[in-house]
Amino acid sequence: MIARGRARVVGHHIDTDAIIPARYLVTADPGDLARHAFEDLDPSLRDRVGGGDILVAGENFGQGSSREHAPLAIKGLGVAAVVAISFARIFYRNAFNIGLPLLECPDAHAGVRDGDALEVDFTAGAVRNLTREEVYCGQPIPEFMQRLLESGGLVGYIRAQRRSPGQSPVAERQSSVEEGR
Amino acid sequence: MTEKILAAHAGAASVRPGEIVDCRVDFVFANDITAPLAIQEFQKMGGNSVFDPDRVAFVLDHYVPNKDIPSANQAKSTRDFVRAHGLPYFYDIGRAGIAHVLLAEEGFVGPGDVFIGADSHTCNHGALGAFATGVGSSDLAAALVTGRLWLRVPETVRYVLTGRPRPWVTGKDLVLVIIGTIGVDGARYGAMEFAGETLSYLTMDERFSITNMAVEAGAKNGIMEPDARTLEWVTPRARRSFTVVRPDPDAAYADVKTIEVNRLEPVVAAPSSPGNVVSVRDATGVRVDQCFIGTCTNGRLEDLRIAARVLAGRRVHRDTRLLIIPATPAIYRQALEEGLIQIFLDAGAAVSTSTCGPCIGGHMGVLGEGEVCVSTSSRNFVGRMGHKTSRVYLSNAAVAAATAVTGTLTHPADVAGELVPA
Repeated sequence: MIARGRARVVGHHIDTDAIIPARYLVTADPGDLARHAFEDLDPSLRDRVGGGDILVAGENFGQGSSREHAPLAIKGLGVAAVVAISFARIFYRNAFNIGLPLLECPDAHAGVRDGDALEVDFTAGAVRNLTREEVYCGQPIPEFMQRLLESGGLVGYIRAQRRSPGQSPVAERQSSVEEGR
Repeated sequence: MTEKILAAHAGAASVRPGEIVDCRVDFVFANDITAPLAIQEFQKMGGNSVFDPDRVAFVLDHYVPNKDIPSANQAKSTRDFVRAHGLPYFYDIGRAGIAHVLLAEEGFVGPGDVFIGADSHTCNHGALGAFATGVGSSDLAAALVTGRLWLRVPETVRYVLTGRPRPWVTGKDLVLVIIGTIGVDGARYGAMEFAGETLSYLTMDERFSITNMAVEAGAKNGIMEPDARTLEWVTPRARRSFTVVRPDPDAAYADVKTIEVNRLEPVVAAPSSPGNVVSVRDATGVRVDQCFIGTCTNGRLEDLRIAARVLAGRRVHRDTRLLIIPATPAIYRQALEEGLIQIFLDAGAAVSTSTCGPCIGGHMGVLGEGEVCVSTSSRNFVGRMGHKTSRVYLSNAAVAAATAVTGTLTHPADVAGELVPA
């Protein structure tokens, strides 16, 4: 699984209030949420972010609330993927659950500049910076997360599971002890 | 302890950190912000009925009483779902309180449980010796359909608290000190197991405010071994049988950290991170526009009692306003019976019906441009309580009350002298 797009760089410890302030949590529509995404952090960011862009963040991206509205707002902006040094755990689960791929990559944040052309390989766990001819190695996303993404998120995954109840997801999951949150 | 609880719910003899397990859940809940999305996902998943109506609660607590038409519609969609599915545990305006405080009070969580909530502060319930964690709406929907949830077994760090807290130092100060020491991602993904003799000096209310804020250090859950006080608190409330789970004497921990509490002073987390912790003495004098006592972290009876001890016979400073929101109707009623509400009204505080409101900058106490608030809540991120230039200091209830009296950040001893045991 690969995503290609322009980099949009943000800082460390970006919290869920910075991603989508709670005063806008009166809707769960990704488009409506996107109109207020990052409003208190940098109001110009939502205008600069275009479809297919890749958000590159520092440490602990998504700390704070369990609001799924946070990854939904980012998805609503058209962001294809988020690459960060690390993610807060509830945000990590929520993003994969709604079909927004994330990649943990310790070196990308220091190397990437805003606007760089990036190629993110989730299976290999690597980010290629096409502008600077650099490669940053990260963690491949766990197999279970890949299956979630292939199903379009948790909704699709559960639907598929319910269609074929004989197949135990647990046995499969336990065979891959990995970095899921 | 966390591993033992997860193993018991995954049907495994033991589990190890890093392993992904499929767990049976004992109870799930969602609030008025997370429920509408969870309901939508539940329907998309093809859910016809919830896995067990007796193990599900919906609590309207964030935007209640509804602040505008969209929030009223969110509450309505939750109400409609509850009625359509005939769910017995629905807490609507007037009977609702802040979910974490309410659901523990109502006995929906017991030691050894796996308790899942679509709200990050669900980790609150670890004070009862349960595994409790917050998830998003999709996870909640999946749990509503299947009664199960996948979880990665966290590594546990044990925090051993030693010594007796000084007067005016509460559980809130202890958890802030820990977050200040390890940082807002210091426990990222892990389990925080709190232990040590200090816990024996803390009321259940204070213990809840410690596990409540585990998420502010990035943790998946915070947990405490039940003692006599825990069992005395939970037994008369419990709606389901429970089995106490204790850590093995030879339990393996990723790390053990010791915190000496007997020299600590009350602290605040200064803007704009819960990890930016300094002694109140080092922040004294900051001009404050609003003080807020409430929330799932510190809107409990003990918080109101200690605030009343500071406020009794005193007035809120004319350039400051004080909001007090008891976390549940039962706490409100008890505060009324004890005369605390009278003290608050006499002091010039505004006392309101239970809601998360101001904590999330939602309603009932939103901050304007450049305003400063001392709040007993758990988060002080940029824009959390209002305008993006407003600033929030997190504190215990006594500090918030003392600050309301003087109009500047104040150590409670400077207003109310030494705290003598009640």
